[in-house]
Amino acid sequence: MIKMDNLLNFTYERRFGMTKLDMVNKVMEEMNLQKPKAEEAVELIIKKIKEKLANGETIILRRFGSFSVRNKRTRMGRNPKTGKEVEITARRVVRFKSGKYFKDAVNK
Amino acid sequence: MTKAELAEEISVKINLSKKDTEQIISIIFESIINALSKGDKVELRGFGSFRIRHRSSRDGRNPKTGLKVKVPSKKVPFFRAGKELKENVNNISGNQLIK
Repeated sequence: MIKMDNLLNFTYERRFGMTKLDMVNKVMEEMNLQKPKAEEAVELIIKKIKEKLANGETIILRRFGSFSVRNKRTRMGRNPKTGKEVEITARRVVRFKSGKYFKDAVNK
Repeated sequence: MTKAELAEEISVKINLSKKDTEQIISIIFESIINALSKGDKVELRGFGSFRIRHRSSRDGRNPKTGLKVKVPSKKVPFFRAGKELKENVNNISGNQLIK
């Protein structure tokens, strides 16, 4: 088990950051679940949040923050390469607002 | 929608208790906070990525008193929606999602 942990830490350090797999491993360990179950849980949670956002709903997670959808109006923009003016069509964008706990944590 | 409501909907699908599901949601988001606190990025395919953005210090003003104050530089968590999520929030015909 200890060897496994070292291995995970090692690969984690060498990559650019954390991925879904690291999360699955964490859930597996802390909840004492089998890997397929942990995988399913992580996938379902992400999928659900995506679905809710697609429906325009706001998701509020205490400490972490909130995800919401905002409507953007059509506006004029410029292609940075060519300098040509282009119209940016109206669209919806996902906005994340971090919670106080999260903000404080990254500044510690 | 809150974590509890999210957990309720998901728990029936994975056949875990509501409490366990809520805990799993907490583990996931807590792990993102931990990673960013260490200076790492987090990438979730299809959803988006989380990383730290630096805000340099600036001169601000206390809106009440009008006094000048120095706002120190700080780090802020930043989320960028992935391609799939961007498409999902824009492609809603009715309220049926394709995937």
